[in-house]
Amino acid sequence: MSALSERPINPVVGTAVPHESAALHVTGEALYTDDLAYRTKDVLHAHPVQALRAHARITGLRTEPALQVPGVVRVLTAADVPGVNDAGVKHDEPLFPDEVMFYGHAVCWVLGETLEAARLGAAAVEVDLEPLPSLITVREAIDAGSFQGGQPTLERGDVEAGLDGSAHVFSGEFEFAGQEHFYLETHCALALVDENGQVFVQSSTQHPSETQEIVAHVLGLTNSEVTVQCLRMGGGFGGKEMQPHGLAAIAALGATLTGRPVRLRLNRSQDISMTGKRHGFHARWRVGFDDDGRLQALDATLTSDGGWSLDLSEPVLARALCHIDNAYWIPNVRVNGRIAKTNKTSQTAFRGFGGPQGMLVIEDVLGRCAPLLGQDAATLRSRNLYTAGQTTPYGQPVRHPERLAVAWRQVLDSSDFAARTQEVAAFNDAHADTKRGLAITPVKFGISFNLTAFNQGGALVHVYKDGSVLINHGGTEMGQGLHTKMLQVAATTLGVPLERVRLAPTRTDKVPNTSATAASSGADLNGAAIKNACEQIRERLAQVAAERLGVAPADVRFADGQARGIAFASEPVPWDELVKLAYFQRVQLWAAGFYRTEGLHWDSSTMRGEPFKYFAYGVAAAEVEVDGYTGAYHVRRVDIVHDVGDTLSPLVDIGQIEGGFVQGVGWLTLEDLRWDEGQGVTRGRLATAAASTYKLPSFSEMPEVFNVTLLTNATEEGAVYGSKAVGEPPLMLAFSVREALRQAAAAFGPAGTGVDLASPATPEAVFWAIQRARGTEGGHVAEGSPGVRPAQPGADAPAMRPYSERVQHVLTQT
Amino acid sequence: MQSPTVTVNGRVLPLDGVAPHTTALDWLRSCGLLGCKEGCAEGECGACSVLVARPGLTSPTQWTALNACLVPIAALDGQELVTAEGLGTSRALHPVQREMAVRGGSQCGYCTPGFVCSMAAEYYRPDRAALREPAPSPDGSAPSPDGSAPSDGAHPDHLHGPNGFDLHALSGNLCRCTGYRPIRDAAYALGQPAADDVLAARRDQPPPAVPGTRLAGGGAEFVRPTSLAETLDLLAEQPEALLLAGSTDWGVDVNLRAARAALVVAIDRLPELRTFDAGSDVIEIGAALTLTEVEELVQGRVPLLSELFPQFASRLIRNGATFGGNLGTGSPIGDAPPALLALDASVVLASAAGEREVLLAEYFTGYRTSVRRTGELIRAVRIPLPQPGLVGFHKIAKRRFDDISSVAVGFGLDVEDGVVRRALIGLGGVAATPVRARATEEALTGRPWDDETVLEAARVMATEGTPLDDHRASAAYRAAMLGQALIKFHARNRAPQEVGA
Repeated sequence: MSALSERPINPVVGTAVPHESAALHVTGEALYTDDLAYRTKDVLHAHPVQALRAHARITGLRTEPALQVPGVVRVLTAADVPGVNDAGVKHDEPLFPDEVMFYGHAVCWVLGETLEAARLGAAAVEVDLEPLPSLITVREAIDAGSFQGGQPTLERGDVEAGLDGSAHVFSGEFEFAGQEHFYLETHCALALVDENGQVFVQSSTQHPSETQEIVAHVLGLTNSEVTVQCLRMGGGFGGKEMQPHGLAAIAALGATLTGRPVRLRLNRSQDISMTGKRHGFHARWRVGFDDDGRLQALDATLTSDGGWSLDLSEPVLARALCHIDNAYWIPNVRVNGRIAKTNKTSQTAFRGFGGPQGMLVIEDVLGRCAPLLGQDAATLRSRNLYTAGQTTPYGQPVRHPERLAVAWRQVLDSSDFAARTQEVAAFNDAHADTKRGLAITPVKFGISFNLTAFNQGGALVHVYKDGSVLINHGGTEMGQGLHTKMLQVAATTLGVPLERVRLAPTRTDKVPNTSATAASSGADLNGAAIKNACEQIRERLAQVAAERLGVAPADVRFADGQARGIAFASEPVPWDELVKLAYFQRVQLWAAGFYRTEGLHWDSSTMRGEPFKYFAYGVAAAEVEVDGYTGAYHVRRVDIVHDVGDTLSPLVDIGQIEGGFVQGVGWLTLEDLRWDEGQGVTRGRLATAAASTYKLPSFSEMPEVFNVTLLTNATEEGAVYGSKAVGEPPLMLAFSVREALRQAAAAFGPAGTGVDLASPATPEAVFWAIQRARGTEGGHVAEGSPGVRPAQPGADAPAMRPYSERVQHVLTQT
Repeated sequence: MQSPTVTVNGRVLPLDGVAPHTTALDWLRSCGLLGCKEGCAEGECGACSVLVARPGLTSPTQWTALNACLVPIAALDGQELVTAEGLGTSRALHPVQREMAVRGGSQCGYCTPGFVCSMAAEYYRPDRAALREPAPSPDGSAPSPDGSAPSDGAHPDHLHGPNGFDLHALSGNLCRCTGYRPIRDAAYALGQPAADDVLAARRDQPPPAVPGTRLAGGGAEFVRPTSLAETLDLLAEQPEALLLAGSTDWGVDVNLRAARAALVVAIDRLPELRTFDAGSDVIEIGAALTLTEVEELVQGRVPLLSELFPQFASRLIRNGATFGGNLGTGSPIGDAPPALLALDASVVLASAAGEREVLLAEYFTGYRTSVRRTGELIRAVRIPLPQPGLVGFHKIAKRRFDDISSVAVGFGLDVEDGVVRRALIGLGGVAATPVRARATEEALTGRPWDDETVLEAARVMATEGTPLDDHRASAAYRAAMLGQALIKFHARNRAPQEVGA
């Protein structure tokens, strides 16, 4: 057991405690960014002027009419920007554009005494547009050759030879939709200028340090002149990793120009129509199996729909490529990636960060091919699971694959899978118009940022003279329970009761240069940093206690709010007394903690390395019932075994698993992003840009029976107190529901019917799948070697160079 | 007229200087009650849910949850509101708040105050009582998947807790974090209010009176007359006035489309529009009764409506929405018209000149237009008796709770001796107005109620209306669903001689 993973006796980690803010949440006392505006004097309100064209040149912008509207104070335009007119890190996202790149693009912003005044002012601004040709769908972009960013290839073995040697070769195509984050709290920033020109921005951001950097470069300031704070977010899910920066910059620009606090809150329609979403993808693939259904080769080209600018599309694509294997050993792999440039919002991070998209491709392949191979899907999947000694296509050993096998077996047992498979078959025989499906799918998800540099975390821990403890770290709270876990880590390391530790909001002037709270890494990185800071303080206190107890410092133990010597019957020293003693001995009672994840390396130009510290595993079995008249369905039962290592906080972890699962079910079955693809003036408009048209799961989508179990004996040596990250992996357990729907739809046709299922599998999509199964039309998978070869990148295809690597590259050159 | 005030969490707060279009949500937040959150501003997410003291059916007053984002605060003049802050504090949690907190019912917490209020309304529902554990079902059949109440309403199932908690109470609240299971567990863990619970005791006192209201500012005015006569006189003078019933449609226009009306006249509390009369040849339902109230009042009397209500929007919406509003807006995708068409219902229109009754089938004239004249309002809906013997309501939507229909079908058939004597089929979502499926009705009437007739009529029905392609469904799916609805309805309602054959 490593020093990082080892737990002391009676640790506070591992106990089931409610969310640290639960009592504030339920009473409405918890404050979010927009709530702070009420407490701030003389606030101005910002409202965007959205251009309603998919693609157009701005030939005229007249702001004077807005200034005639009572209550309008100022209109912010490109001319006002003292620094860099860009909202991103790649300099392809002008904050004030001269070209409208998507329907709803904000071209300037109006500040008003009231939101109503700002809105009326925005309506008065006159924008002249010269329409330009636009690309809306990913297929249009592919046909037009409209791509952006690098075009990586991940390759192992010899795909052509692998396919030649396969008994069965299939090829097909699959296009699937993205997903709107629909965090309940929309984007919000509140900026003001503090004493001596210090710009202070409250922002609902998952990445305060980057928000700070963007605000600074827009204002032409140094990072030290800008402070960003995030109290908490009303949900993030990746949607607040990059997207808050430009909005915070607008608020900060307004505040510096007017000298008054500026509040910028997007309403729901603005939020959905202006900010990025999960990438939809197009995939073309060829796959080879041997006679037993073992995967021999996979040749695929994935095209993500990046929208109008790059944002995080490159790392999202990299993760998609790195997860196309999901949990399966594929000896020969070639997967190409490219990013379509379309006139849509700039798609961005979303829980899973490309991983779900890559994994969905292989799960779709297996679900479609199983009937063609004459195998049941569960057998086909289990036959291909990774086993000991195997490596991923990018060359990383798959550690602990036996845990995946254990979880698989445990789900088969606990869900009574074999008996229920028989029951489902009997039910389907007895019911002509209603069918059930039962499917089991695995998850293997790599933990760490693909880009090695981001795998660092920082913390600041104060012990005050009265013994109370205040912790601060670089991670942000968006509901995932990070702060709860961090309090538990600090209490465990210092050996004090949980209630002795408080947590202060995330701020860039407490912990600098932080990474985004993303990639499920929040607890791993910040937890280890907090542990490190607490250990520094504990070691100093051990010296003080040792003297008092008459033992060696190494023999002092901290637990339950006391320091005591091991193996001696001496009186313990109460924590508060020890702290006082230390203060009078002039011992430093605070510490900065730091952590970097060891042993990672990754080369994105060759797509090889060991980018992940470990893999998180999970298995889910889902049963659905489908109405043959309408395609409507419901989820009858779900059984999950998921691997969180040794849990830091079981209530939090189970909440992440259940919530991630249901969010994944939403993506795959219900949530329907529909852009206007017609040729009219509303081309490119998102038709489902409101809660009334974009439906997320509600109570009616909750599985009727929902059993979630944490995998036992799952200590992760490489992470804080033996735990594993949990934020993203459970989302992909929802593949089980999609595959169960496919099987239920197939049951309307003759035995062995293959079914193509659109994604999202809305009732309408399921209905058409049923109709095809009934008509024995079957799926659209081509059989036979060599199959349809996916498009291959040209010799001049740009290489993958994620921006941070590029930054380092430039730095080393200068 | 007294200057308007609203009592929030026991404090009387003035509405002086408030713009007439201001929503309850924005006003509460301007008063520092920040627990009330805006998630969507169109009554879909419930993050702004608050408790309002309304007249009850089983107790004088009932705590009713409403979307504060949809209702103008002026419409709550003289009323009593309770927000999450008024239920408890972080140091003294309300039982609902405690269960939500300790069971992991909140993650990001943004939707939570709204969930707490919706849950508290159900917690305080006077007729909520513990359910009996069911006798083991001999065929192991699952509870109805369409979300309707258990057959006898007395047993727990996955939508009804052992404590009588009806999960439909939370059908208008969205959570993006938890996946809902812990929220359900919190709801099902609730007991009954304690003896000294002041909000429980408040139920036994009369509800707040509804005063006349006049709130003007910025060139706009909100008026609540106190009688029908006064309302009709006002309408005769100012026919351009916007009539406000439940505000579940108008509130969306105000928030999302920045609609502003010069004059809003609230009619949702007029006593003359809140009558319910179940006579021997007609049931008359007041146009301003909320759908929740109608749901309670008609219980068992109109089976088609009992099938409609659980599928109609959410509890939060039904607590405000009215038949008058649903028909008055004339939306082609409202869910009430297809059901009412299948019941051969009519509407009673009132104006200063008097009343007239119009068949609903002749009421709509075009997209959001009707035969209702300026100066007229819908006073009541009449359902003639006897009702059709076979009824059904089929709604096609992406989501089972709180979604808008892509297609809605109401069926009302009389089948005697295996022959269809009368067929009334109402359709929504397939034309510019709700329509009757006349050709299908004709294809059924006088024919045997059997597979042959139904398959033939289903082919006719699939050609009814002019369904469109949009973001909710394709035209092809809508057309297919029309035919499928009839086949499914028949499969569930075979003639006696077919059953058990």
